[in-house]
Amino acid sequence: MQADWLTSEEWTAVRLSLLVASTAVAASLPFGMLLAYLLARGRFYGKTLLDTVVHLPLILPPVVTGYLLLLSFGRKAPIGAFLADNFGIVFSFRWTGAALACAVMGFPFMVRAIRLSIEAVDRKLEAAALTLGASPPFVFIAVTLPLILPGIIAGMVLSFAKSMGEFGATITFVSNIPGETQTLPSAIYTFTQVPGGDAGAMRLTLISIAISMAALIGSEMLARFVGRHVSS
Amino acid sequence: MSRPDRLEVALYHRLGDFTIDIAFRTDSGATALFGPSGSGKTTVLHAIAGLLRPERGRIVFDGRVMLDTASSVFVQPYRREVGYVFQDARLFPHLTVRQNLLFGRFFAHRQRRRNGGMTLENVVGLLGIDHILSRRPVNLSGGERQRVAIGRALLAEPCMLLMDEPLAALDAARKAEILPVLERLRDVSRVPILYVSHDVSEVSRIANNVIMMENGRAGERWQS
Repeated sequence: MQADWLTSEEWTAVRLSLLVASTAVAASLPFGMLLAYLLARGRFYGKTLLDTVVHLPLILPPVVTGYLLLLSFGRKAPIGAFLADNFGIVFSFRWTGAALACAVMGFPFMVRAIRLSIEAVDRKLEAAALTLGASPPFVFIAVTLPLILPGIIAGMVLSFAKSMGEFGATITFVSNIPGETQTLPSAIYTFTQVPGGDAGAMRLTLISIAISMAALIGSEMLARFVGRHVSS
Repeated sequence: MSRPDRLEVALYHRLGDFTIDIAFRTDSGATALFGPSGSGKTTVLHAIAGLLRPERGRIVFDGRVMLDTASSVFVQPYRREVGYVFQDARLFPHLTVRQNLLFGRFFAHRQRRRNGGMTLENVVGLLGIDHILSRRPVNLSGGERQRVAIGRALLAEPCMLLMDEPLAALDAARKAEILPVLERLRDVSRVPILYVSHDVSEVSRIANNVIMMENGRAGERWQS
């Protein structure tokens, strides 16, 4: 399906943005949950340091984050070369790199939302489940997970929204290649740099607003539905 | 009728400047752990359930060692098959009453279950909760919540039932409604009960044995 009020290049940017943002959210969710759990429940040396590192993308200039990604995940950089040689995963100047940049930028939001929901879980309920014979993994699946579901949804939406709007880190890390790494914000930026690009920039801006609002409203409805089922 | 002791407890544990140092034995039927608030009763139940790891202690039930710090034995709480009715019910808010009742069923001891254990119908009938099965905990009264909590513990087929002031949060009318249920439970089920309370009237109605507790120590005991 292709709307004829968008040029194919614009349409590509929209599709690419959705792909990049969804991939970023899906790929970072397991790590986000793990880190949120560690930060909420764990007691270990260096917890404050880990917390700070997770939050770094929030306070660093996005260009700095992008440059750091380039230094570590570029084709010739240590981690990038290792992943490319051993697993064939290449980030530099690919849409996967854009997804990585978005995942990193959205990570603090995701971890924060999930962590808060884990901290809000009444641990007495988990103790009750233990006395009923449920082993710790089952307690997590049957009690903890359903109770933190609203927080997980909120974290995913925040990360998705951040990914849809991510610009600085993405353009620094993987540049602005139409069809490969040119997401909505990069496309809008490009339009503003060329004469007569105003109409295109405006169209993409409207789409950007529409997608963000749809994500927010959708998550609100989902959270309300889930909340009705887990609230105490 | 003298039966061998079923539960042996010896505990030593410090919490701040409060010390629990207690040893007692109980047999079948209902035993009350009776004493003023802050005398360490709940801590003893937590240790028996495995929710607390005492500094030193030994807990044996029916010949099965659940805890022995001298030989580093600590059976995890989910393997102890000890039913626990908490003072605050602790029903799972995301599940219906029926799902709450059946939560422990999935893990229940198969053998005991086959040997004529409790069925959902038995428990629902005993506790009079058939009309609320599809409700959620948020829509229950305090008395209903506590009855569901008792049913949930029973349906997990425990080898022993620990009850921590199950009536403390209820008003007089609700207490009067649940006390007969507890008496029936004591008479119908073969599961021994350890009942914590600071209320003399409750204890005298429910318990066959009473262990007095004060300042973390066991005092005199009597049999009613």
